[in-house]
Amino acid sequence: MTGLTFELLCMQLLTGIALGSIYALLALGLCLIFGMLNVVNFAHGAFFMVGAFMGVYFLGVTGNFWFSLVLTPLVTGGLGLLTERFLVRPLYGRGLDYPLLLTFGLSYVLIEAMRVIFGIEGLPSVTPDGLKGTVDVGFGFFPKYRLFLIAATALIIFGVWFLIQKTRYGLIIKAGAADQEIVKVLGVDIAKVWLLVFGLGCAIAGLSGILASPTRSVNPEMGIPILAESFVVTVVGGLGSPLGAVVAGLLVGVVYSMTSLFFPDLSELSIFVLMAVVLLIRPQGLFGKAGAMG
Amino acid sequence: MNPLFQLIARHRVLASSLFLMVFPFIMPYEALAINILIFGLFAMGFNLLFGYMGMLSFGHAAFLGIGSYLTGIAIVHYSMPWGAAILIGVIGAAIGGLMMGFLAIRTRGIYFSMVTLALGQIVFYIFYKAESLTGGENGLRGVRVDTFNILGFPVDFLNPLIKYYIILFFVILAIWLISRILNSPLGAVMEAIRENEKRAAACGFDITRTKLLVFILSAAICGLAGSLRALHLSIVPIDSLNYLQSGQAVMMSILGGMGTFFGPFVGAAVMLYLEDVVTTFTRHWMAVIGLVFMFFVLFFPKGIWGTILNKFNQNQGSK
Repeated sequence: MTGLTFELLCMQLLTGIALGSIYALLALGLCLIFGMLNVVNFAHGAFFMVGAFMGVYFLGVTGNFWFSLVLTPLVTGGLGLLTERFLVRPLYGRGLDYPLLLTFGLSYVLIEAMRVIFGIEGLPSVTPDGLKGTVDVGFGFFPKYRLFLIAATALIIFGVWFLIQKTRYGLIIKAGAADQEIVKVLGVDIAKVWLLVFGLGCAIAGLSGILASPTRSVNPEMGIPILAESFVVTVVGGLGSPLGAVVAGLLVGVVYSMTSLFFPDLSELSIFVLMAVVLLIRPQGLFGKAGAMG
Repeated sequence: MNPLFQLIARHRVLASSLFLMVFPFIMPYEALAINILIFGLFAMGFNLLFGYMGMLSFGHAAFLGIGSYLTGIAIVHYSMPWGAAILIGVIGAAIGGLMMGFLAIRTRGIYFSMVTLALGQIVFYIFYKAESLTGGENGLRGVRVDTFNILGFPVDFLNPLIKYYIILFFVILAIWLISRILNSPLGAVMEAIRENEKRAAACGFDITRTKLLVFILSAAICGLAGSLRALHLSIVPIDSLNYLQSGQAVMMSILGGMGTFFGPFVGAAVMLYLEDVVTTFTRHWMAVIGLVFMFFVLFFPKGIWGTILNKFNQNQGSK
């Protein structure tokens, strides 16, 4: 390995963390919905994709990245609310597979919808003006946007953590996940909580879509591989563990970028190998509880 | 139960064989009939695991793909005879099933679906990266079989109707095998596991081994479907390995009726026919398929065949 320096290693580590941020966000959204509603949202990748499209579209219309950063999660969150209310809700109590199947069908529809609206080629991805270029991080020049990505992710994760751990809503969410009957008896409209949690999960998926959009091509199929990868993150972290989602997300990102440094041919495979190893040693995932895997 | 259904159910292999023999004549063209045959088999193989044992795999495209690619590679790169090529495809898929099943059956329920989906992506990337053998993004081209030698007699494989019947031979063989499995004690254990895994374990059945065995059998059948598809299309598109393809098997099973013998076939037929019709109006057939599928999940979870069976059972007032 010629040219392998400590600086290069650090750069790759930071790149991995930036990539992992997206994974962490996606897995966090999946995890919120699963932890509360016991639903694996198979349309999560599609919501991510819709988020990327909306982000680029709003950026084009308003010319303001921050504006689209606010609008996009509102759109995907709203879609999420509609999905829960009219599609997922009728399926509660009919077994775990049905909501999963339904959201899978929904992903087909969302992919086609974007093809109808924006064409099959997709949209050119745009980096917002203020975040172009690189910045000196001590061991080299790192793209400004990726640093922003890491910071934004940290902020969102902190926000979700704050919501769940420090607010009354969070208390209800946690209680509802633990025992929905009791929460109902206490007079909380649990259906409304579920609705909002599903919407929140989809809003986060959309947010990760717009955040990721400058770093990858925006096309209707972009959610397909990312869904598989966020499942890997979820499996590695442990289904239903928000901490697991974040840690595994970053881990998967770093493993990916390190493998692409040393064995570029194996980079796509590396995270799946990681999953296989975790499954062999801890089938419930790094932070999952034994027996809590459905 | 309705006597007609009873008769069909009792002689299901014969009934499906007879129906499939006249099937190409009620379809608009033979290529569609062949497609339905292949995907019907794919969905039936998948349904063995999902409908009868309750394990929702989202990675079965891997076996369709392994079957297709290995058969294709054997023919294109090693000029093997078609029979050996099919065998390699099926065995390869079974080995793939062993490896994937070994990892996946350690998990349950939703987790199982997620793990199989992710493992299926591994297979996708392996074949995608092995470009010199598989053609990578362009797919494997030139899986040409012009004549089939059957017992020394050359048969024109390019004639669509003859192609249909040759493929049908293998499909009937597989249908017979599936029927035998379901009628055997293994089939009973599978349904016991679906209904209550803990109770089945308490009855003394080896759950892990049964699951793995069924996973392998299911993979082998889907591999056969893949092999036949490679011969039919004469190319292997990389899309065969995409998890949306796994989803097709899921959709077909649900649409037709999971856990019923004919359901997956009915589902495959309806879905592919629908696709054929819709594509003449719009290229956005995926949206239509998705909406139809969502409609069935919401309102007809038993699927077309399952709902029909239910109706007849109710009308008879028995069972």
